Amino acid sequence: MRYAYYPGCSLGRSAWPYDASTRAVSEALGLELVEVDDWNCCGASEYFSLNKTAAYALVARNLALAARQDGLKQLLAPCSMCYLNLRKTDHYMGKYPKLGKTTNAALAAGGLNYTPGSLEVRHLLDAVVNDVGLEAIAAKVTQPLAGLRVACYYGCLMVRPEFNGSSFDDPEYPIQLDRLMQALGAEVVDFPLKAHCCGGHMTQISADTAFELIRRLLHNAAEYQADLIVTVCPMCQLNLDAYQPQVNRHFKTDYHIPVLYFTQMIGLALGMAPERLGVGGEFVSAAEALAKIGETFEVAPAGAPARRKRDEKALPMPGQKGEA
Amino acid sequence: MPNPGSNGSFQHRVIEATPGGEVLITCLQCGTCGGSCPSGPDMDHTPRRLFAMIGAGMQDEVLRSNTPWYCVSCYYCMVRCPKEIPITDIMYTLKNMAVKAKLYDDSDAPDWSKSFIGYVESYGRSFELGLATRYHLTHKPLSKVGLGSFGLGMLSKDRLSLRPHRIKGIGQLRAILGKAKELEAVQ
Repeated sequence: MRYAYYPGCSLGRSAWPYDASTRAVSEALGLELVEVDDWNCCGASEYFSLNKTAAYALVARNLALAARQDGLKQLLAPCSMCYLNLRKTDHYMGKYPKLGKTTNAALAAGGLNYTPGSLEVRHLLDAVVNDVGLEAIAAKVTQPLAGLRVACYYGCLMVRPEFNGSSFDDPEYPIQLDRLMQALGAEVVDFPLKAHCCGGHMTQISADTAFELIRRLLHNAAEYQADLIVTVCPMCQLNLDAYQPQVNRHFKTDYHIPVLYFTQMIGLALGMAPERLGVGGEFVSAAEALAKIGETFEVAPAGAPARRKRDEKALPMPGQKGEA
Repeated sequence: MPNPGSNGSFQHRVIEATPGGEVLITCLQCGTCGGSCPSGPDMDHTPRRLFAMIGAGMQDEVLRSNTPWYCVSCYYCMVRCPKEIPITDIMYTLKNMAVKAKLYDDSDAPDWSKSFIGYVESYGRSFELGLATRYHLTHKPLSKVGLGSFGLGMLSKDRLSLRPHRIKGIGQLRAILGKAKELEAVQ
């Protein structure tokens, strides 16, 4: 199974554990990921807020590059925001001819073109569950996640909106991640807020708004005694994990719920070393939860030096001299 | 004032600027959108009321509203709307219009978006450290005391790049975006 692969900016750094575990697990499951050459940012929700024509063109450059690469017909994205933007742009360019024409006119300025429908855009979870298949995955499990109570968190953009009335999972009560975690041997708890919003970029713009949404999700997972939350999106992981200490301070709560990527869970069940899967990269340590399934690993203490050497060059800013 | 929905009206321009936007005129005013919205309590108007205001031609009030800027783009309203109105896309249209009309002084959100795309246009990729630093230093820096430990935590977990990555085809990307902006301006 060979796919064009669009990792997205988050996997380049803030979600490096997702990147590491995706690469390790894809290899083990026989998913061959061919990275789109010289891909650019999908613009998240920010470009659409300011200039929609440029926003569609920004996304469409990636589609055009992927479509001409090695004759690949399917494009996989592990990030829900990237997945939505790629899928939506492909769909809208076909459904709304005016938008398709304008977007291609912009692409032409860079010598590119994209015919809508030439690629099928899919989320990594979709490929894992439906192409590899749960039986095949279960057959490879050597370290079942037995006894681990997990809350499966889908967030928004992997399941919503539906285009042409279809999506690979239910937009309000999705179950595919639940089924996958069960196949790995985990005990999946009820999690009624599983497809509710993590607040997205609101942590930056209006923290009070975001903190309340994060609090609800943590509270819901805690109510059902989840040992950890499993996620499919770098934004959801960042908000629930890295902002958990701030949310605790804000509400005077004491949640301690680690948030791991589904690819890390697959890797653990397949017997891979936690370090190889980027376990330990989370703010809220998963060590205690994973001890339940006999996993032990070294966690870098807070304040430990980063893996890479500090770059001495000054912080670059957009529009800085010499950058234009 | 032109009749609601007629050529040249505010409602008509919102519809024209939104792919699939023509179903906006079929809004039943049922309120499912606002009831499904995670940030509804922070909005000065629910999406339902905003759509009624669009129909009534209240352009300034609509474009000054914080509602589109509080939209977290979760698409709950959109999958639940009985008339299948592309509500999230209409919110994007209103943000585009508010920015062009410079009617967004109540919100930090446009500056966040501008900082974000500044890096995308310079490098082709987003750059979280630069973005957060640039934005938070210029927006109520004193209220961001808690961010220090957050930033250090991100660095110690190696979750922040210290330098942005520039794509090879940055010239090509800028040509595409430049053309797109030209096309947007004449629409």
